[in-house]
Amino acid sequence: MTPIVIAFYLFAVSTITGGLMTVVSRNPVHSVLWLILSFLSSAGLFVLLGAEFVAMLLIIVYVGAVAVLFLFVVMMLDVDFAELKAEMTRYMPLALLIGVVILMQFALAFGAWDYSDGAADRIASPAGEIHNTKALGLLIYDKYIMLFQLSGLILLVAMIGAIVLTLRHRTDIKRQDIVGQMMRDPAKQMELKDVKPGQGL
Amino acid sequence: MISSDIQTVLPEISLAVFAMLALLAGVYNGKDKTAPMMVWLTSGMFVLLAAWIGYGGEGTTTAFGGMFVNDGFARFAKVTILLSAAAVLLMSQDYMTKLGLLRFEYPLLVALSVVGMMFMVSAGDLMALYMGLELQSLALYVVASLRRDSVKSTEAGLKYFVLGALSSGLLLYGASLTYGFAGTTLFSGIIAAADGGVSLGMLFGVVFMLAGLAFKVSAAPFHMWTPDVYEGSPTPVTAFFATAPKVAAMAMFARVVHDAFGGIVGEWQQIIAFLSVLSMFLGAIAAIGQTNIKRLMAYSSIAHMGFALMGLAAGTAFGVQAMLIYMAIYVTMNIGTFAFILSMERDGRPVTNIASLNQYAKTEPLKALAVLLLMFSLAGVPPLVGFFGKFYVLRAAYDAGLAWLAVAGVVASVIGAFYYLRIVFYMYFGAEQDDPLDRGMPPVLWGFLVVTAAMMLVGIVNLFGIEPLAQAAAATLVN
Amino acid sequence: MDELLREYLPIIIFLGLAIGIGLVLILAAAIIAVSNPDPEKVSAYECGFNAFDDARMKFDVRFYLVAILFIIFDLEIAFLFPWAVAFADISMIGFWSMIVFLGVLTIGFAYEWKKGALEWV
Repeated sequence: MTPIVIAFYLFAVSTITGGLMTVVSRNPVHSVLWLILSFLSSAGLFVLLGAEFVAMLLIIVYVGAVAVLFLFVVMMLDVDFAELKAEMTRYMPLALLIGVVILMQFALAFGAWDYSDGAADRIASPAGEIHNTKALGLLIYDKYIMLFQLSGLILLVAMIGAIVLTLRHRTDIKRQDIVGQMMRDPAKQMELKDVKPGQGL
Repeated sequence: MISSDIQTVLPEISLAVFAMLALLAGVYNGKDKTAPMMVWLTSGMFVLLAAWIGYGGEGTTTAFGGMFVNDGFARFAKVTILLSAAAVLLMSQDYMTKLGLLRFEYPLLVALSVVGMMFMVSAGDLMALYMGLELQSLALYVVASLRRDSVKSTEAGLKYFVLGALSSGLLLYGASLTYGFAGTTLFSGIIAAADGGVSLGMLFGVVFMLAGLAFKVSAAPFHMWTPDVYEGSPTPVTAFFATAPKVAAMAMFARVVHDAFGGIVGEWQQIIAFLSVLSMFLGAIAAIGQTNIKRLMAYSSIAHMGFALMGLAAGTAFGVQAMLIYMAIYVTMNIGTFAFILSMERDGRPVTNIASLNQYAKTEPLKALAVLLLMFSLAGVPPLVGFFGKFYVLRAAYDAGLAWLAVAGVVASVIGAFYYLRIVFYMYFGAEQDDPLDRGMPPVLWGFLVVTAAMMLVGIVNLFGIEPLAQAAAATLVN
Repeated sequence: MDELLREYLPIIIFLGLAIGIGLVLILAAAIIAVSNPDPEKVSAYECGFNAFDDARMKFDVRFYLVAILFIIFDLEIAFLFPWAVAFADISMIGFWSMIVFLGVLTIGFAYEWKKGALEWV
């Protein structure tokens, strides 16, 4: 058992435990925390594979942002999770059956796995001496420029979509009017009146 | 090198740039007040691009190292997508304005999803296919729940999103197995790798990918989302779902099975034949009990996808040709039908109940006649155009030695005819009702309804010449 | 390969240390601390009243909007990393493709700014 093998089993076990606990834990906030554990351990698995950039991406994007969004959503929903769980136990046998079938399929697929002839020659960037973040950098922006620009468009659609679906413009409040506020003339804003005693305005 | 690549994708780039500029123009100039103009501009842009692509370059060009393929097949699909999207967008304006839903982002989201569709049908690489698909789907999820204060509309968007994400997951899983086997995501590489037979692992990849694609075309047994999404979305959005994205998904389906897995027809033919039979029968039988016309159209589209898949199941160039003709006819019929559904109103409020059509022919004989033609055509009654669509796919299946599939198709089409004819029956011989639908109809909708209905009749002469076009398109895909 | 992993050794050691200390503190609290719970002590306390309602309540959807806009720009930054690392070796196409990408997202940014999505109220 080399340290790499030990690390692999450690990360693999904690990924699966995290995934399992995400599904079965009672408190949705705990589910999110278990999910974070599972993200972190899969980041570890990616490091073991030598895919450092993907590992760091998993931490920055998934742990740093997506998990936080999940927490928001969990808090935003006014859902009785106990009821949902009760519903879940009803479908458990079916879900287990599907799970077992898929597991068997995977076993079958990987048991009989082989590569086509010459698969190694078709790989875009053979794993070599070059640092993998840099290797990605050399490919994404040049060879895969079309995919890169499409992902930009997808992000744009996500932006528009989020705003279209959730933004409500409130009209019953006072807003900041930066130019108006800066251009205020003190002389015009205030009026001095001489109030005579006993008469008022 | 890069400049010729850009030249090839110039129509797509123009549409994307147009969408972005219009977005900025809209947000800086009066926001939703510009919406009607945006609708017309976007539709105009679609028609312009369709003309550009249709009359533009001949032959096959590839760009970005084979990731983007501009061939006759892609051009045929793109023209169909662009024209149907333009038609649906124009039809939606009155309805959306009436419900206060016409926001200026709506036509632009449709435009961006059309960009995605154009990349989908031109994809020459698994990654390009996936990116196009996601761009299209993401925009569609948003427009599905555009009516955000309605529970049904948000439910439709959420269901579509969750199931769409699931199907994308299946597709990606299959794609990664395929990549693992072939060592490349390029279709040209995959077909070369699969030349000497495939392993079990690769076969799993193919099956997963087909399942993911079947989700996108809403073929049974992956159809569950369709009725709910069709019913919940605002009607113009439903009309859009039933037309352009279906063509795009079907064309993408054809491209994957022929461009990437064309060497192993025997492996996927049975799967597609199975999907086809199941969709035809499920669509025909489940629609019988529906009372909401939007749900009915959802089941109708499932059944029609079954017929289009029958063409693909043949695995021949003629099968692809039949599929293309079928989709073009299907889209035309759906545009007309939805033009009518969009105009169904009682006291100024939209209704979707089929029973409200009772005795419609008494008050509106011309429109009822147009709907009759469309319904007969959807059912595939000879000699209308819809019959020819069915005839082509049945012949393709029969020629490819799938006689049982063709027979099943005929049986399903007879069962399915029942519910189309029931609508006609309601209109002409339905029970008397004292609360008829409103008369009058926005001129745009009236135009689309009458023109498409007339096309069902006139088209039997030569199908408007799409047959040789589809043949040429299919020949570039299957060789 | 092994060299790459050896670079991560300090992180592994740090991780082990963090987990170890965390466990020790939790276990110490469980074993050493005095603990005499009774129903009154462990019940929820709300200014002398019994708890009215569940502590869970609906959050404003604006939090979600801010979070999702953050994620989008976070992903944009993620794309910048390999670009920056390979900057010395990428071609002109690579450089300009990033500029176009940033331009697309800038259009999105201008849209959300003008639309008022960045204002809290």
